[in-house]
Amino acid sequence: MAYDPFKVLKSTAVPLPIENVDTDQIIPARFLKATERVGFGDNLFRDWRYHQDDTPKADFVLNDATFSGKILVGGKNFGSGSSREHAAWAVYDYGFRCVVSSFFADIFRNNCLNIGVLPVQVSEAFLANLFAAIEAVPKTEIIVDLPQQKITLSATGASEHFDINDYKKENMLNGYDDIDYLTNIKSEIENFAAQTPL
Amino acid sequence: MKKTLFDKVWDSHVVRSINNGPDVLFIDRHMVHEVTSPVAFLGLKNRGINVLYPNRTFATADHNTPTINQHLPVADPLSANQLKALEENSKAHGISYWGLGHKKNGIVHVVGPEYGITQPGATIVCGDSHTSTHGAFGAIAFGIGTSEVEMVLATQCIMQPKPKKMRITIDGQLSKGVTPKDVALFIISKLSTSGATGYFVEYAGEVFRELSMEGRMTVCNLSIEMGARGGMIAPDEKTFEYIKGREFTPEGTAWDAAKKYWDTLYTDEGAVFDKELHYTADEIEPMITFGTNPGMGMSISKKIPTAAEVEGAATTYKKSLDYMGYDEGQDMLGKTIDFVFLGSCTNGRIEDFRAFTQLVKGRQKAAHVTAWLVPGSHKVMDAIKEEGLLDILHESGFELREPGCSACLAMNDDKVPAGKYAVSTSNRNFEGRQGPGSRTLLASPLVAAAAAVTGKVTDPRTLY
Repeated sequence: MAYDPFKVLKSTAVPLPIENVDTDQIIPARFLKATERVGFGDNLFRDWRYHQDDTPKADFVLNDATFSGKILVGGKNFGSGSSREHAAWAVYDYGFRCVVSSFFADIFRNNCLNIGVLPVQVSEAFLANLFAAIEAVPKTEIIVDLPQQKITLSATGASEHFDINDYKKENMLNGYDDIDYLTNIKSEIENFAAQTPL
Repeated sequence: MKKTLFDKVWDSHVVRSINNGPDVLFIDRHMVHEVTSPVAFLGLKNRGINVLYPNRTFATADHNTPTINQHLPVADPLSANQLKALEENSKAHGISYWGLGHKKNGIVHVVGPEYGITQPGATIVCGDSHTSTHGAFGAIAFGIGTSEVEMVLATQCIMQPKPKKMRITIDGQLSKGVTPKDVALFIISKLSTSGATGYFVEYAGEVFRELSMEGRMTVCNLSIEMGARGGMIAPDEKTFEYIKGREFTPEGTAWDAAKKYWDTLYTDEGAVFDKELHYTADEIEPMITFGTNPGMGMSISKKIPTAAEVEGAATTYKKSLDYMGYDEGQDMLGKTIDFVFLGSCTNGRIEDFRAFTQLVKGRQKAAHVTAWLVPGSHKVMDAIKEEGLLDILHESGFELREPGCSACLAMNDDKVPAGKYAVSTSNRNFEGRQGPGSRTLLASPLVAAAAAVTGKVTDPRTLY
């Protein structure tokens, strides 16, 4: 599924300073019954966000109007557990285009890259800096510059470089996906398959 | 050049490598289930492309299926719709489909090995993180997201950078009452849930050599819980003996040709890993988890560690213990439990049911405990009956349910109620994993059996 190209994102951010946020928290299994990719944002962090009677939990950050934006800043080891891409869909559908953490689980990171959410891995120190800055000034602006591979706190100018491989960077900048690439080398794949017994 | 087992399998499946980018990796076998595939099939439809190699994909329904009355229409309309989508998509694309009630139906990672779909040296993917299970056969097997499911359906390839390599060696002999599940929970407790992120793991040493194929599957299954993409064990005579004669296993000259390749699947002496870890078998006792991720595990006879004793943020650790209703420094032994779940792709095979049954034999299920015994497949269910285990279970007050993922992720009605404690042989103890507000203690089938008959956390070694 094609997505909007990602170039430079300037936005406020939502802080979630919890470690080991697993994909069951991002979207619980009982919300995985859809056969189309619609409406997952409503159930993003469902059980942290709502009581069991579906009333909002006032102390959860998504229910706090103080914080908003297209960037989600999470604690270390974000997205561990289940491979459900629904977690990345929920993040995207809610309105986030970028997740920042000091460490990502592999499958979640891939899933994000495949649907146009940019995972930005920063140092522990820079992450702490981000959390502190957002806490101090909730509407503080963060700039995520993909061409430059740089994340910057506008107010102080504090910035850090982040990694992304050239191939994925090109995809994100243009809104391409892997199937676009693979379809283009189909005959090479077919030749390979012919030599590979089932 | 000296190569690891992982290098050998990975390198032989690379269609092309992209400079400062991923490898294009050819996938031998692809398994799909109802939850992570419908959007992928929809994607194909929108692009107007077909499945490139339908005979390399296998579909089974497992995540979202009821475990009672499977002969009746599925009551939940959303679940029924998702199951119907899998059936229709499989039929439309000519994919083998083992749906609800089919005699080969079961959890994808249980039926794959049962029918010989899983083979040494193969690349295997599925939209499920516990695909790592198949690494027990010396395959490279790992979980993928739905975009990648679509990719494999469309092109039989995925695009991944080659992971780093880790070897975990455990020598010595496991003591009585210590199972493959305990070995895995032990490793995860040492590494944490992110300790192997970015790595593909090879398990080596006497402990893994001595394990049965099913035991190896349990260990490889849990590789993802320490963050690893997958884990694998070099195939040996035990592996070949297991796969021989199964439906999708090659025969005759095809077997001979395959065997020639399989015999090369080991790590060369002197091959280099990015990280090596060593433990000894005598460090490992029956394990249980006390927190809300699989890394929060401990020997069953120990006390819950204090925040100061563990790595990571103290606030997150306390939040986790609060959720569980536990405190630092408490004993786990003697804690009351409400539910027991035996099953899942981790521990839903016949050897797990044998171990559980052996321990409950001659005892009675504790009156306040609800026990869900869910075989991993029809084949497992049939064996439970044929071997007479079902009679013993009945005498002890247990019922057997029908195959599926069940309470492992609680997509169906098998949900542990809020605040209740479940000793579970599954793989994740995340908040709400087994139902909103549920509290999960991960453990082996033996620890689950001991809890089922005593109604509390009990060291199974005291019941022999």
